[in-house]
Amino acid sequence: MEILVCARRVPDTSENEIELNSAGNDIERDELVYSINEPDNYAVEEALQIAARIGGNVTVVTVGSEDDEEILRREMAMGANQGVLITDEAFNGSDARGIATILQGFVRKGNYDLILTGVQAEDGGAQVGGMLAAMLDYPFASLVNSIEVLEGRKLKVSREIEGGNKEMSEIDLPCVLSIQTGINEPRYVGMRGIRAVASVPIPTFGASDLGVDPGAVGEAAAKVKRVDYFILEFGKGAEMLKGSREENVDKVLELVAAKGGLK
Amino acid sequence: MARIFAYIVHKAGVADDSAAQLAAAAKKIDPAASPIALLTGFGADLAAACSAVRASYAEIWTISNEALAYPNAELIRKSLVKVVPPGSIVLVAHEHFGIDLAPGLSIKLNSTFVSDVLDIAGIEGSDLKVVRQEFGGQVSAHVRCNISSGAVVTVRPGAFKPLESAPVAATVVDKSTEVGALTAGRRYLETIVAEAGDVDITKQNVLVSIGRGIQKQENVAIAQELAEALGAAVSCSRPVVDAKWLGKSRQVGSSGKTVKPKVYLACGISGSFQHLAGLKGSPFLIAINKNPKAPIFQVADVGIVDDILEFLPELTNKVREMRSIAAK
Repeated sequence: MEILVCARRVPDTSENEIELNSAGNDIERDELVYSINEPDNYAVEEALQIAARIGGNVTVVTVGSEDDEEILRREMAMGANQGVLITDEAFNGSDARGIATILQGFVRKGNYDLILTGVQAEDGGAQVGGMLAAMLDYPFASLVNSIEVLEGRKLKVSREIEGGNKEMSEIDLPCVLSIQTGINEPRYVGMRGIRAVASVPIPTFGASDLGVDPGAVGEAAAKVKRVDYFILEFGKGAEMLKGSREENVDKVLELVAAKGGLK
Repeated sequence: MARIFAYIVHKAGVADDSAAQLAAAAKKIDPAASPIALLTGFGADLAAACSAVRASYAEIWTISNEALAYPNAELIRKSLVKVVPPGSIVLVAHEHFGIDLAPGLSIKLNSTFVSDVLDIAGIEGSDLKVVRQEFGGQVSAHVRCNISSGAVVTVRPGAFKPLESAPVAATVVDKSTEVGALTAGRRYLETIVAEAGDVDITKQNVLVSIGRGIQKQENVAIAQELAEALGAAVSCSRPVVDAKWLGKSRQVGSSGKTVKPKVYLACGISGSFQHLAGLKGSPFLIAINKNPKAPIFQVADVGIVDDILEFLPELTNKVREMRSIAAK
């Protein structure tokens, strides 16, 4: 099976506290630690496991710049057969629809049976996979948390729905699936593994290679634009306990006993 | 101003809570709007759901088709594309069904897509200005969307307060004949109901709930010891289940369990809206987190900035000490 995984390099929220910059119009981007978007890493692991079960080839693609090569190499160290960087000045400032348009150009140049994305990236939008599928007229399933390959170019997939329940469906190939975290246990990648793929060439593609109309992507074509960042005060705010740890422990115990009761 | 539609999710004849919230969101986009409810389905369930939304919508469009008896997003997208006029604004709740439907619908309607909107800042020319969040709710952003060719907007559940509204004599328009035969590349098989776990976290007075801040599998014992001392149970947020440190039956949130304890100790939990959606009945919320900017502090009753790996064992010792004094 030919599997394509669309991945993205994002600020790692488990490594960074995201803060506003001093002007208050952007997040503080200096010294951010970047890594692969976590759900995308689960998608790569799932692709590798499918390829190991039934045979196949796993390609990881990202739309970005040279800086993003590091996540491609990381996923190649996990076992992906190939990393591809899609980069072009004309792509800068693309909205999600622009990214889906660019990826569509790449998909049409290949012969993929299965296309995976992570369920969402740092913007929490859950957008690109579903858009890409509709552009390609492929079936789509979001929030996928298990995949079984069936006979006759079909998959059986489950989607995570409310209350931890699973919605089981059959889906025809080729298709696009957005992968939920927790579907598998992504393998560990050590420095040695990354060093081993450090000099593997990474092919790059631009707008003309993909037959993408530069006027349909990039900032000028983006219909969705972020204006600013701010901190939303949506709750009344907690009463912060400023005492010593010992005082705070006493207070918490008192509150738990008073409000909930000790058994 | 474009016509505003609200796609209504319903199940077994009952309209989702989001139905009235979408009507409120529509009014915030355009106070003069008379939003139209869109319902798809089949038979008695569809009729019952249709009656249920009459309190919030003066006009209801229905598409009845046996193929739509189960909400398959691909089939519903194909039917909506036949009836929704170009340039319309379509609102959909941002939950598992909306995530499945909305991105592809925007492509097929050739309209702008903006997702998980929690507030509407207004209309400026051909732009709709909305508020959404990034980085798991750590920061919010104003986003401008050009809606000159229409828009599909997914709306965060619970973000818009339903408007006070009296039942109206709603007009129901049957659009079924405009749709025709429907087929999809994805076919629903069955729903597998989550297994019950060893401990039922929905029936606890006190929950010691852990998140990413627990850091390692070995540290889960720290929370278990505290829960044992308190006579409480351990629950968790999504990252802990993803890492397989606790089972799915312990997860609180929209994709896990809905809990209603009296006290909820959120330990190393940042407080994403998907997690908070699983907290009902206004528990007394005590949050402990190393990050003073964690969103959980905005909704907690009491907050402590501290390392849970050091704080929780001290709390456990204190509880044990208190109990041994009481036993004497």
